[in-house]
Amino acid sequence: MYYIDPHIHMVSRTTDDYETLARMGCVALSEPAFWAGFDRSSADGFRDYFRQLTEVEPARAAQFGIQHYTWLCINAKEAENVELSREVIAMIPEFINCPNVLGIGEIGLNKNTPNEATVFMDHLDLAARLGQLILIHTPHLEDKLQGTRMILDMLQSDSRLQPERILVDHVEEHTIKHVLDGGFWAGMTLYPVTKCTPQRAADMIEIYGTERLCVNSAGDWGPSKPTAVPDFMIELRRRGHSESVIRQVVYDNPLTFFRQSANFQFREPLDLDTALA
Amino acid sequence: MSNARTSQEIFEREFLELRSKLLELAASFDRMQRGPGEPDQRARLVALGLDILRDDNGDKAARIQVLFSREYSPDWRVEFGI
Repeated sequence: MYYIDPHIHMVSRTTDDYETLARMGCVALSEPAFWAGFDRSSADGFRDYFRQLTEVEPARAAQFGIQHYTWLCINAKEAENVELSREVIAMIPEFINCPNVLGIGEIGLNKNTPNEATVFMDHLDLAARLGQLILIHTPHLEDKLQGTRMILDMLQSDSRLQPERILVDHVEEHTIKHVLDGGFWAGMTLYPVTKCTPQRAADMIEIYGTERLCVNSAGDWGPSKPTAVPDFMIELRRRGHSESVIRQVVYDNPLTFFRQSANFQFREPLDLDTALA
Repeated sequence: MSNARTSQEIFEREFLELRSKLLELAASFDRMQRGPGEPDQRARLVALGLDILRDDNGDKAARIQVLFSREYSPDWRVEFGI
């Protein structure tokens, strides 16, 4: 079965990982802008990063038949520096029309501070003015519930934003209902220790259904598993769920969300029957 | 989405995993007990989490998540001056 990983940081991964993903059935992925593991010293560092996301990674992915899409922002960790953040946000329109850009992301909160909230709202304003989709990072561990509620407050107080054009990522058992009840898309991140396991993600599918739910690996430079989405598929299969249920979560749902972006020009992979017809 | 599997079927499949996870927990507590001194106040949260595992109510995963979460205040914008 083909699948799409809607959240993976391929700048941190090797070319071998692209090949492995392709072998596992990954036909497209989207890569949100994120923290590099260190704070960048100037807006120019982000300019280079945005070039990597819009020029280098699509070419690297294409070598293995994977369609690469991306999201632009300054991430929540570096958003504590409001002056730098506003320089970066001002630069985003230069890149927003690059053919693989789906929107603004992954924006959000990290430690739930006033500066992070200020920069988050600046990003929301940019997305609203440019008519862009939004991909949202929610905080980790003890900060997640509080930060997710704050994020939802900010989203719901901006009447220009449409919930169906926003995906709130890294939901877990205590935040998923808040997100879905708000009409937003939700992403479950399969990540060791700090986020969700394939088994717990499968539990949430059984409890909440498949509508507006996606799963991703968020593979990055930390301990993470870029092939976590196939692990989730196997877990659903072991529990006896149908192939159509699995396909909806790992393929149809990301397509439905991404297709709201004019830049998402997805080329469906041909199956053998279609190719021979 | 309903899950057609019975509790017994789920238990059958997960028994060895449950046993293994219990042993991991037990070994963690043994290691802490062998070490000098006392752990900090987060140990209290772990104890409360174990109580959740043993009670008769559902939503155990969500309740343990909330147990380890900072409190949300609906007035956070006023507190932040935003």
